[in-house]
Amino acid sequence: MTFKKTALALGLAVSASLFALSAHAASDKVVIGDIDDMSGPYADVIGAGGVEAIKMAIADFGGSVLGNPIELLTTDHQNKPDIGASKFREWADQSGLTMVLGGSNTGVSIAMSRVALQKKIPFIAIGAAGASLTTGPDCTPYSVHYAYNTTSLANGTASAIVKSGAKNWYFLTADYAFGTQLQEAATKVVTANGGKVLGSVRVPLATTDFSSFLLQAQGSGAQVLGLANAGTDFTNSLKAANEFGITKTMKPAALLAFLSDIHSLGLKTAQGLIFTTSWYWDQNDKTREFSKRFFEKTKKEPGENQAAVYSATLTYLNAVKAAGTTDGDKVMAELKKAKINDMYTQDGYIRPDGLMMHSMFVMQVKTPAESKGEWDLYKPFKTLTAEEAFGPLSESACPFLKK
Amino acid sequence: MRPSTIIYALTLAFLLAAPAIGLYPVFMMKLLCFAMFACGFNLLLGYAGMLSFGHAAYFGFAAYITGWFATALGWPTMLSVVVGVLASALLGLVIGALAIRRSGIYFAMITLALGQLVYFICLQAPFTGGENGIQGVPRGSLFGVIGLQSDITMYYFVLVMFVAVFLFIQRIVHSPFGQVLKAIRENEPRAISLGYDVNRFKLLAFVLSSAIAGLAGSLKCLTLGLATLSDVLQWTSGEVVLMTLLGGTGTFLGPVVGAGVVVTLQEYLSDIVGAWVTVIIGAIFVACVLAFRKGLVGEIEAWQQRRVARRAGAAVKPEAAPEASAATR
Amino acid sequence: MTTIFGLPVSVILGQLMLGLVNGSFYALLSLGLAVIFGLLGVVNFAHGAMYMLGAYAAYIALSVFGINYWAGLIVAPLVLAILGIIIERLMLTRIYKLDQLYSFLLTFGLALIAEGLMRQQFGSSGQSYPVPAALQGVYNLGFMFLPVYRAWVIVASLTICFVTWFTIERTSLGATLRAATENASLVQAFGVNVPVIVMLTYGAGTALAALAGVLAAPVVQVNALMGSSIVIVVFAVVVIGGMGSILGSIVSGVGLGLIEGFTKVLYPEASNIVVFVIMALVLIWRPQGLFGKS
Repeated sequence: MTFKKTALALGLAVSASLFALSAHAASDKVVIGDIDDMSGPYADVIGAGGVEAIKMAIADFGGSVLGNPIELLTTDHQNKPDIGASKFREWADQSGLTMVLGGSNTGVSIAMSRVALQKKIPFIAIGAAGASLTTGPDCTPYSVHYAYNTTSLANGTASAIVKSGAKNWYFLTADYAFGTQLQEAATKVVTANGGKVLGSVRVPLATTDFSSFLLQAQGSGAQVLGLANAGTDFTNSLKAANEFGITKTMKPAALLAFLSDIHSLGLKTAQGLIFTTSWYWDQNDKTREFSKRFFEKTKKEPGENQAAVYSATLTYLNAVKAAGTTDGDKVMAELKKAKINDMYTQDGYIRPDGLMMHSMFVMQVKTPAESKGEWDLYKPFKTLTAEEAFGPLSESACPFLKK
Repeated sequence: MRPSTIIYALTLAFLLAAPAIGLYPVFMMKLLCFAMFACGFNLLLGYAGMLSFGHAAYFGFAAYITGWFATALGWPTMLSVVVGVLASALLGLVIGALAIRRSGIYFAMITLALGQLVYFICLQAPFTGGENGIQGVPRGSLFGVIGLQSDITMYYFVLVMFVAVFLFIQRIVHSPFGQVLKAIRENEPRAISLGYDVNRFKLLAFVLSSAIAGLAGSLKCLTLGLATLSDVLQWTSGEVVLMTLLGGTGTFLGPVVGAGVVVTLQEYLSDIVGAWVTVIIGAIFVACVLAFRKGLVGEIEAWQQRRVARRAGAAVKPEAAPEASAATR
Repeated sequence: MTTIFGLPVSVILGQLMLGLVNGSFYALLSLGLAVIFGLLGVVNFAHGAMYMLGAYAAYIALSVFGINYWAGLIVAPLVLAILGIIIERLMLTRIYKLDQLYSFLLTFGLALIAEGLMRQQFGSSGQSYPVPAALQGVYNLGFMFLPVYRAWVIVASLTICFVTWFTIERTSLGATLRAATENASLVQAFGVNVPVIVMLTYGAGTALAALAGVLAAPVVQVNALMGSSIVIVVFAVVVIGGMGSILGSIVSGVGLGLIEGFTKVLYPEASNIVVFVIMALVLIWRPQGLFGKS
């Protein structure tokens, strides 16, 4: 009986004290959260280098905004949607989070978008390619999609390759949201240009032995091997395709390739590959200046995502300064008004659905003879305007767009 | 009051007061879900002596089913939870029926392998969303009356469920059914010779344990709003074994304590030390097996029993003491 | 193109060939597991970790000390055998008297430690290990290009399996081993030092896993998680073959690799689960395993 009485008393005490708990008082301190892949297949693409780029942006901004120092939290989501979402939620509930950057993995980014909507905290997705993040069902009023999406990658690479005469495609697809969306977007472009998709095989994320999947691809008799994957999945599948002599009969199409991938593959294996990127370190004086500083800290040239997080951090901080508050809605309004002019892009702007509009570049990997140094890897092939790459706003299916 | 009652009361008081003393409710809910999972697992390992190494299958499968019914099919959440629990019980029935054909180490390996089978099914079946999982699962409300959107309300709901399961397990263990399970654990051939249909008892224990694991998984799915592959991973199966072993197999409070320690370690260490968490957890496993097989709670209980015995021995029959020490020599 | 069941023969043969490569790894790993279980009664959960550590040993040997692949094939198993012996002496000997489940749990813990350490050191995306110069290139088999290295893996693993089988089943050393399995105290009475035999057996089993790891390194990338995914499949292989049966583990290892390859042609989605489904069927029909004694 004493037991029940104690419990009852405690229960009452607890419920009373709950009323005393008040919500976080809104302060104007900026707390940026970087939730990204720090150890998995995309760690070289963004990971620690991304954290470094954010730190550079904060330092370049002066280290403080609205009179408070800028705080940065980082964590490794290990490519698990539950970890990404819970960390976002926890920081929002406990650490006064005001913005989240990164994601890299589309599945994780979709989970994070839902938390952004619930907590009304801006989320700038970078690295994750899934177009659904802003132009599809996963769009929220707090989402911004930087760098590239599956539509722009397909519009760049797939159309360039189909137009070169390779019409029959077979896809090797990373088996999650990113891969399927990329394949979908590429299929659209291929068929629109008179090509045909003969089949596809879905490969689990972080597979290390691609041989049996590649045999399936080879059995299809297609001319193009569409690699709808990224990071180490991309490098491993391309290496295996070389090993099994598949590149002799099929032309590989890299739908998403990064500087670090090409660097680790080496020019001998990668030469001639055509792919689409949002940024390259050796484009102009501004990019080279940033890259020089980045290289001094990390001993690597920055990739497009690392440049994008730098730009996104600055853009966000400018928006906070303009809004005079960290309030999610007000900052989003400022973000969508801003013109983005920095070393990452010229005349970039954020569309009402949250997609950051900017030019994209189709690149080709240099041959060993053309390359003048370890990091001299790309030559320009074609430039796409923002509208060519990302498509018009009218095609966006973002449910929060006012039509 | 018995010492165990005081400990239960203190634990309950702590759990009731947790949100008020600043513990993060989402974290506490996660902890309770794992504690419930471990309690259900302990029913199997601690009282029936069966080591299932694929228990994440029921935990995760129920989460997926609950998530799927609540999102794609639009069922009310409480009904979805019930469906999730039933699904995991059914899965437990099928896997259990196969696995109890062998015992001991074979049983462990078979449950492990079949757990991996469930993992691959969850990875590839269209309804689970593969690597993305099922996202945006609504918490809904308690029979349309109390909304569960607030973390605090949800926490108390999970707590009530946890206490109910805890008492239910205690009830089972002390029932005649529980006694038979213990008899099977101690000496299976003897239980058979006494005329018990051992396989039916084992299977029932397996199904009950899977159902409890399923309830825990379903609640976790509601708490976080998603069901993902992490819940069906072999790693999660290993974790629940560790929670039980570390806390004390065959004790009521052991799995709760074990879950508390392991979940806290995971949550607060992983950002600081990264993959070292895996190393630490592995080291705890090794230490548990080599040094304290009774687990934290088990060792305390044993220590207390020794103390009580010593006191009783000293007070009632002091002449018994030298005899006892002679026997242990 | 010739077809069977509407499938091109070249694709079927190609997948079977790759299945044979995987099957050789299964055979090699389940063989080591069977040897250890036969004599020690330990189900070595750390077997996958030893396979992974073997691959890392070869990788570190190459990248840090410049020890090439061929020397790595000897060095890595030796290093891991020593590690295995240390584990056996320090830990396993203390729990032989207890239920087998404890050694299962202990080795699971050891596997986690190894995995965590490697993940901390090298990340989880894997390091590539180059194919040795002598084994580069491809054979054109007509139906597929088979990389020379994979052909080497098949030949090397099957040779090792045969030698191990021969040693245990057909030599006097093997006879002693088998006798020690049946009745340790009797063999001890004949003047054989059983604890030393047990220790060396665990070392040898570990070395077999490490050897498989070195063979696998150029095929699957050196990765901290490579062991934990394969070890469960290997457990299933062992349950199918019959625990402790040397021949059973070799035959079912190779056989299941082939079946897996064939499944990839027929219904790729099921290729991950076919081994487990077969295990379930075997349990219903013959619970002691195909080659096991009841």
